[in-house]
Amino acid sequence: MPMQERHEILRPVSNLFIASSVLVALFINALPWEGIWLALRPDFVAVVMLYWCTHKPHRMGIGLSWAVGILSDVNDASLFGQHALSYTVLAFGGVVLSRRIRMFDLREQTTQVFLILLATYSAYAVVQWQVNGQLSWSYFLGCLTSTLLWIPVSSLFHSVRQLRVDRE
Amino acid sequence: MEGTQTFQVFNRGPSPAARLVFFSVLSLLLMFVDARYRYLESTRSLISELVYPVQRLATLPGVLWQRTEDFFVSHNHLLQENNALHRQHEADMAQLVQWQAMLRENHQLRTLLGLQQRSQPNVKFAEIVYAERDVFRRKILIDKGSAANIQEGQVVMDDKGIVGQITRVYPWLSEVTLVTEKDHAVPVQIQRNGLRSIAFGSGDTSHLALRYVPVSADIVKGDVLVTSGIDGIYPPGIPVAKVDVVERDAAYPFARIVCSPLGGVDEHRYLMVLSPTSSLPARPEETPAPARPKAKKMGGH
Repeated sequence: MPMQERHEILRPVSNLFIASSVLVALFINALPWEGIWLALRPDFVAVVMLYWCTHKPHRMGIGLSWAVGILSDVNDASLFGQHALSYTVLAFGGVVLSRRIRMFDLREQTTQVFLILLATYSAYAVVQWQVNGQLSWSYFLGCLTSTLLWIPVSSLFHSVRQLRVDRE
Repeated sequence: MEGTQTFQVFNRGPSPAARLVFFSVLSLLLMFVDARYRYLESTRSLISELVYPVQRLATLPGVLWQRTEDFFVSHNHLLQENNALHRQHEADMAQLVQWQAMLRENHQLRTLLGLQQRSQPNVKFAEIVYAERDVFRRKILIDKGSAANIQEGQVVMDDKGIVGQITRVYPWLSEVTLVTEKDHAVPVQIQRNGLRSIAFGSGDTSHLALRYVPVSADIVKGDVLVTSGIDGIYPPGIPVAKVDVVERDAAYPFARIVCSPLGGVDEHRYLMVLSPTSSLPARPEETPAPARPKAKKMGGH
């Protein structure tokens, strides 16, 4: 497992990079997932946004996450505000725990990330349960796979942010 | 946790907790308005134009895969398929001629009896863009929207039976709620004996249930349910489901009947959207005023 250096100098992140990463995540979420793959599909948007909320809490905050949630709602044809609410919870967790999470290495981060994602998924599921009166437990599988996705996503973003440092 | 923020040199606006509360309340409000009143459909279709490129792009891998498959299809296979289609076409033509004769006869009989004529629904073809990516709900999106004159409430079917109903229309897409969606109801009748009932979705794509059918009702395994057309939404006579299980328990007033949908609810790529059927005369009011001159007109003419 790649261990993350704690005192590295990272390349400043452009807004374009943040926006395009979120767009790509929306795109991957929108791919035609079906059956068991749908249940196992991690929420790419949530993981990407959590990364930015923890690493750039002043750039990607609760308000922006809410807006991305609204986009997700339209994308998924879910209730207006359902993803927005869960991503608000996600961003709150990310922003509040950002320093704490950045102190840990990648493996220790996953436990923290799991709890935040669990809260996010629960917020979505509770709304679903209240509105439709049914809840499928397989939905929470996505929470586990999203947590597993945290490791590749954050190492990928880290390596992209390190590119310039390596070249010099 | 938030304690680290107590000594602020730079003003960064409201605290995360305040923002959390604000945006949560905003989301809850939106959800309430959306679920109760559906005021936000225009906003949704506006935002959907923003998301549309992403959605369209996301269908590309599937489309490309399909194209590649189409490209590598063999000559022999095409010939075989063409032959089979020709035979099918000839068989269908024979039936179609008979059907047209019956249609004329039916038309005449209905004129004689003074019944309302059945209109033939027009058909638009549409392709499934994708199945819903939400584990909780069974919905599909098709590639025709308000730009192609699709309206809410239109019926969607495939070559075997009813698939669902259009519940939300975007400019280039529309959302189809499947007949198997939880609590989605279709008025049906049994093809064999005309017994009317209502088929309810169960939330699982593999079955429907008939509720409130008395234990003594004449239903057996294998009966085909077709739409009865009495709701004015579903045109009459389209296959919906086949009865799989009939359980009669004398302890309950109603029989437990499970059916499987005939339309390929999660199989096909192409679907047909039927135009809305002619509107039925308005339902008479429960307590009509004693002297109303219009009441004479209620006769089905």
